[in-house]
Amino acid sequence: MDPARKRTVRLVVALSVAVVLAAALVYTSFSASSEARSPSQLVDAAEPGKTYQLTGKVVAGYERRGTVTEFRVRDRAGNVSVPVRYEGVLPDPFRPEREVIVDVRKQGEVFVGEKDSLVTKCPSKFTAEET
Amino acid sequence: MDLLVIGVVLLIVVALVAAPLRRPGTMVEEDAERAELEAARDAKYREIRDAELDHRTGKLSEADWRAMDRSLRAEAVEILRRLDAL
Amino acid sequence: MLTAGQGCLILALGVCLYGIGASLYGARTGRREWVASGRRAVYALAGTAAVAFVILEAAFLRSDFSFALVTSHSSTTTPAFYRATAVWSSQEGSLLLWLLLLSLWSSLILFATRRRLREIAPYATAVLLGLGAFFAALLVFLESPFDHTAGPLPAEGVGLNPLLRHPSMMIHPPMLYSGYTLFAVPFAFAVGALVARRLNADWIRSTRPFTLGAWFFLGIGIVLGARWSYSELGWGGYWAWDPVENASLMPWLTGTAFLHSVMIQEKRGMLKVWNVSLVLATGVLAILGTFLVRSGILDSIHAFGASTLGVPFLTLIAVMIAGSIFLVASRAAELRSAHRLDSLLSREAIFLLNNLVLVLLCVAIWWGTFFPLIAEAVTGRRASIGPPWFDRFTVPLTLVLVLLSGIGPLIAWRRATAANLRRNFVAPLGVATAALAVALLLGAGSQPDALVMFVFAGFVVGGMGQELVRGVRARRVTAREPLPLAVVSLVRRNRRRYGGYTVHVGMALLFVGIAASSSFADERDVELVPGRSAEVGGYEVEYVRPTSELVAAPNGRLERIDFGAILRVSKDGSATTLRTERSFFPSSAPELGPVSRFFEGEATSEVGLDAGLREDVWMSVAPDTRRLGPRVAEGDRVFSGAAETLPARERDVLLAEALRGLVRSYTAEPPPATFRLLVSPMVTWIWLGAIVVFLGALIALWPSPRTVGRRVTAAYTARVGREARVPA
Repeated sequence: MDPARKRTVRLVVALSVAVVLAAALVYTSFSASSEARSPSQLVDAAEPGKTYQLTGKVVAGYERRGTVTEFRVRDRAGNVSVPVRYEGVLPDPFRPEREVIVDVRKQGEVFVGEKDSLVTKCPSKFTAEET
Repeated sequence: MDLLVIGVVLLIVVALVAAPLRRPGTMVEEDAERAELEAARDAKYREIRDAELDHRTGKLSEADWRAMDRSLRAEAVEILRRLDAL
Repeated sequence: MLTAGQGCLILALGVCLYGIGASLYGARTGRREWVASGRRAVYALAGTAAVAFVILEAAFLRSDFSFALVTSHSSTTTPAFYRATAVWSSQEGSLLLWLLLLSLWSSLILFATRRRLREIAPYATAVLLGLGAFFAALLVFLESPFDHTAGPLPAEGVGLNPLLRHPSMMIHPPMLYSGYTLFAVPFAFAVGALVARRLNADWIRSTRPFTLGAWFFLGIGIVLGARWSYSELGWGGYWAWDPVENASLMPWLTGTAFLHSVMIQEKRGMLKVWNVSLVLATGVLAILGTFLVRSGILDSIHAFGASTLGVPFLTLIAVMIAGSIFLVASRAAELRSAHRLDSLLSREAIFLLNNLVLVLLCVAIWWGTFFPLIAEAVTGRRASIGPPWFDRFTVPLTLVLVLLSGIGPLIAWRRATAANLRRNFVAPLGVATAALAVALLLGAGSQPDALVMFVFAGFVVGGMGQELVRGVRARRVTAREPLPLAVVSLVRRNRRRYGGYTVHVGMALLFVGIAASSSFADERDVELVPGRSAEVGGYEVEYVRPTSELVAAPNGRLERIDFGAILRVSKDGSATTLRTERSFFPSSAPELGPVSRFFEGEATSEVGLDAGLREDVWMSVAPDTRRLGPRVAEGDRVFSGAAETLPARERDVLLAEALRGLVRSYTAEPPPATFRLLVSPMVTWIWLGAIVVFLGALIALWPSPRTVGRRVTAAYTARVGREARVPA
């Protein structure tokens, strides 16, 4: 094979690999993703059994029983809240009025949080918006 | 006090930045061509040494190394010639 | 001094704008004195930024509450070290630090190259000053560190967030910023080289130390962040594929690719387009990383507030991307390479594959990080991807990367001899097989991913060992040195090669640690009362007794309440004692009661860690403070009732009594506490591997003694010259 043809072959191979990988990226990401919802969006329409990523603020007055915590998450700017049941240790910064992200699945009336998916956002290190 | 600090800093900045403008034409700078060739020459010497180490650590056979060494040295000679021509 | 600081920032902005104009004017007209003036503008920028920084530091150190920043991020009770480092715990202070570091490195490289790179330097200066102008403008117009505290001067500040009160957390930002700002240097010089159409070896040679330095500091910053997360936070993990973590990793990956492929350009004059694109991409990613942390556009644990900086940063990034693409496209002719790959069986080919894998890794991580925004753009709804998706792509790619790093040292440059190559594989394959046997014996067979990593890592270590042995042997043949001296001089004379090998070994160790700890960890969240025990990872963990303590700050005032536990960890007859605590810091909100405020503020974990080469035993505790509710409310009531009638000192004494009573009752009748128990194999290998990596980077970075370089050059010139006069 002359050098020019070799180069074309290599280019085609490389491009094919790139295309295959791009396709894999796109396909797997859309199927593995969980939709981000706020509490009011969850209240409106949540399919049982489907995983959502819930973001909102923790409402004061949550209960801990052993390793299970039951708390409510409300909209960032609003009062609509949903109940969440989470099993496991709570992150260090977790407290009322903090913003959290948690993967939940609807089970009956409550949203059950997936293990280790509860993230509490670090309190605003850069207090640009507040006060 | 604040104005004093700002004033001093301003003076230093202006003096620093204006200094070359008051005596133009006194820059001594390296020839870009020469610098380019010297960089290429150093890279070539490094290649020669790397090939020798590759040979000594068993990655190149004697025959392969001799051939590579010869062509690398020829390339180095070419660079040296161009340097001398400057 | 507020006005002085603000004045310095305005001056800094002005100096940047002047410098851009002077450099460009000098470059266009060929009048070198303007170029020199532009270069000095960079020095002036460093000076003014330094003065502004010192003013801010001084204000923090003496707790000057007329500075709004000092009031909101520090207090008189904050220890001196944290007062000094609190400067960059704020948006404004960290931007100033960024500007300072950028100006320092820029001054350094422009001073070092002041007589060289004539055509490139002015444009590089303009680019660096352009970045400086951007950050200075942000500081002057949007986020000034020199705002006056609103209202009357408070007697005490808010204090530093307790989560940040850890040495790693304070060193982490300067390391990261050093990495980001150092990457601006090769970026600027690449732009300069493209503009000036001078794309050969010289700009690479001059900017290499900065690229390597950037890689070094950014890497340290990333590892420090992971280490802090593991040893200071109560979750026991070190990496979460969080957007901000990914943002710092991406430029590091493209930087690694560049460090490899640039060697090919030096040797063969190939891959100019690729290299210049990598450098430009790294610079863009570094700015993108800086932007992601502050913008709040992605949901992240590091979401440091949605801010007004989003639009300016996006504009800067768009300009950088558009400019880069334009420059590369319009300089295509100069970027055409003179040569081709000699052979696929060469180190150059391995480097190309390595580049491909690193770029693929970066693309996958980029996609996953920005997926929420992409999904929103495509489907109208935000969706996010979790760590399992990232692992699916990064694990196989990383395995390939480690394998390539093992093969590379065994292959010669340009064209390897196939027969020799086969022989060179024998010893490393032997070590790999031994690693396989050991891993299987230790029960790693259940996790094929981890097993493959162990085998590949064994291959890497075997290959490096072989290289070292053969290199030393070769050296002793010619130089007749004793063994230790031979090793040292071998490494000294071949810093790049052996520094690189050391880095590869370190990375192999690091990945072994990651593979083992993520595949074979055992984690349990349990609720225990004193006397009860739980089992985890083959250990029995007994909650022996609770601890509680009032901890005072250096100035004598009460800083925090610690509730914790003593645990006995035993296995096969031997036992150790671990202590873990939760520290409760008081909130300063005025409406809270004097006792209950301690449980409405920040809480941090003090992890109980028994680290070892084989495994780490890690525990954290979350005492249920709700159960203390009645006692806390009682304390509030009693205290508030008495407080009206008593003078300040007696009030403090009474409060101390109330708190001590609370603390005593915790130990006397402890409520059940939730523990996270984690046994994680070989986590220590991650930190040890990282140290080896940075050691290797230092070896590669260390400048060869000048005299040796010149002597070698002279000797070679003589030899080559002699041969030139002899017909071939």
